Amino acid sequence: MPQIFQRGANLVPLKILLVLGALATGAVGAVWYYFTPEYTKVGYQPSQPIPFSHKVHAGQLNIDCRFCHSFADSGAHSNLPSTQLCMGCHTQVQKDSPKLEPLRQGWASGKGVPWVQIHKTPDHAYFNHSVHINRGVSCVECHGRVDQMDVVYQAKSLTMNFCLECHRAPENALRPLDKVTDLGWKAPTQADELASLLGTTPDKLKLKAGDQLTPGKAQKVMGEHFKVQRGVLPPDSNCAGCHR
Amino acid sequence: MATASHNTSEDGVVVLHCPPELAKIPLVNHDRSLGWITENVASICEEKTRRYWWIGFFLFAPIALLVPTLLSYQVANGVGVWGENQPFGWAWDITNFVFWIGIGHAGTLISAILFLTRQKWRTSINRAAEAMTLFAVMCAGLYPGFHVGRFWKAWYLFPIPNWNGIWQNYRSPLLWDVFAVSTYFTVSVLFWYVGLIPDLATLRDRAKSKIKQFAYGVAALGWRGGNRHWQHYEMAYLILAGLSTPLVLSVHSIVSFDFATSVVPGWHTTIFPPYFVAGAIFGGFAMVLTLMLPARLFYPQLDDMITRNHVDKMAKIILLTGTIVGYAYLMELFVALVYSGNFYESNAFYNRATGWYAWHYYAMMFCNVISPQIFWSKKMRHNYIVVFIVCQFVNAGMWYERFVIIGTTLAQDFLPSSWGHYTPSWVEVFTFIGTFGMFITLFLLFMRFLPMITIFEVKAVKPEADPHFHPEGDHGHDSHATAKPKEAAAH
Repeated sequence: MPQIFQRGANLVPLKILLVLGALATGAVGAVWYYFTPEYTKVGYQPSQPIPFSHKVHAGQLNIDCRFCHSFADSGAHSNLPSTQLCMGCHTQVQKDSPKLEPLRQGWASGKGVPWVQIHKTPDHAYFNHSVHINRGVSCVECHGRVDQMDVVYQAKSLTMNFCLECHRAPENALRPLDKVTDLGWKAPTQADELASLLGTTPDKLKLKAGDQLTPGKAQKVMGEHFKVQRGVLPPDSNCAGCHR
Repeated sequence: MATASHNTSEDGVVVLHCPPELAKIPLVNHDRSLGWITENVASICEEKTRRYWWIGFFLFAPIALLVPTLLSYQVANGVGVWGENQPFGWAWDITNFVFWIGIGHAGTLISAILFLTRQKWRTSINRAAEAMTLFAVMCAGLYPGFHVGRFWKAWYLFPIPNWNGIWQNYRSPLLWDVFAVSTYFTVSVLFWYVGLIPDLATLRDRAKSKIKQFAYGVAALGWRGGNRHWQHYEMAYLILAGLSTPLVLSVHSIVSFDFATSVVPGWHTTIFPPYFVAGAIFGGFAMVLTLMLPARLFYPQLDDMITRNHVDKMAKIILLTGTIVGYAYLMELFVALVYSGNFYESNAFYNRATGWYAWHYYAMMFCNVISPQIFWSKKMRHNYIVVFIVCQFVNAGMWYERFVIIGTTLAQDFLPSSWGHYTPSWVEVFTFIGTFGMFITLFLLFMRFLPMITIFEVKAVKPEADPHFHPEGDHGHDSHATAKPKEAAAH
């Protein structure tokens, strides 16, 4: 009986294994990189009806976030400003700019400006803006340096993992309440400065007077202080905390 | 067939008497030769496809198509197309999951435990039983995946790093279940495949067409039947048997933990693991017989290898495990109604026997406990029609058992205000029917393309495979022959 397989067939299983191994590794790597919200969501920057520059308004002009997003610290939902609010300035400033044509139209017709939503939490996740802001979680934690963006884009992945990282260690995000909308603010790294900010002494914070701290350490010390002071207990392992 | 009843041989050596009732019953009837075994098993895969087979295939394959069709319908429309809802969150889907996974227990029991305990009669049924196991586990595996409602998220069952920052709950038996079932399936596939290799080589060597030579040749992994091959084979098979043995017991124990570790009255019971395992073996053997008895009818040559003796032994196992299950039912009742003194527990069992689903309970009792008792009679064990009918009762009874455990418990638990009825939707009913189609279609394909009896192992239980074997009239010259009662079966 002639041989069914040639001698070379002995190596075929090995070759198949090698190819499959390479393909599997490639597939895992591709999924790891491309299929994650870090890749698919971060950087989302839809073109808006008006190229509204947060860099100008929040950065150069230093308008507080809550001047426009006025319910962010009092409601579950953060609002977009009404056209009336925009026109409060823009009947005076840049009142003939062709770029503001959609705003004037929306104002005249009463239909507003059809802004495109960027940051979106899923419907099954209960997110309350005011709770976060009133505990001293800055806007920057989720929205990034909006004050440096010409046109806003999504800066963080906003996945459940992203939420939980903070819920499991809230001390990394807590700051003085009057600094919540100061997006560039960082905890002072000088031990005495930090202590006086928190209304205490370096000893009570277990720091030595005159110490120079790393930014991370300073934030942690400050966050721990506020966590206790404000009774911050975010739901970290109870599903019903956010999925009601 | 004579028995070993010689007094003395011609050379005056005394041969032990062996009365007929002590004589070993031969495992292969009619003293078939080794060549006959190969020829008659291999020919099932080699002959022209029989009309019976095509009829069966065209009957069951369309039914099997119900499964992908209706599961797609479920995915497209949401889990609401099934009839289950609070408080009845586990309904037909989990019932059917446990039903199929239970059936999948006989195969590995026959292959592993009966192998380690040297039960030679297993050789002619183990291949088919293992195949049946795999197909049953496939049917079972569908259900938890689709039960989660969003099938594309079913991978959350496995501990894979994900962007939700959550990890599986290792204290939950539902996670153990994922590991138990997937391990069981993997080891069963390996066990089945390793056992197939020498027979695949036989088919390769007998194959006439190039395609068959190639296909069986690839599958046979270059088996030449050398001494070294056999040595490695035996060791691999023994190791896999050792690995599978605990799995036979663990898988259904863990399935039972899904219920037993909860605090729901009717589920929270320590008797569950042994009772589930016994039930699984019970139902599994019934399914083995359900498939093997018709197979013997269509391929009469199997009659000499799957003998009356084999059926008799399997019927005895059904009787034993059925009685264990019956004991468990009664013990559950005793504990709940008399011993526990727990109002909710006793109420759960009172509702089982008298509540909305009471007829399921009595169907279960009759099918699982009463119907197998007929096997105390040897005459009945030897009547294939009776055996087949009882096996159908057992198949149905085991399904009722799972529904009784899951259904009646969820329908009526602590608070009457949260009680609820359940009726299966047409989607659930036809999906379940579809899994039977899938199961039988896969088995038909298996019968057609792979040797359904382990050729080389059946040869090994023939008397002439024994190194001490001597053909008739040739025993006087060897002291072995007188030292032990010879296998009467040989003559």
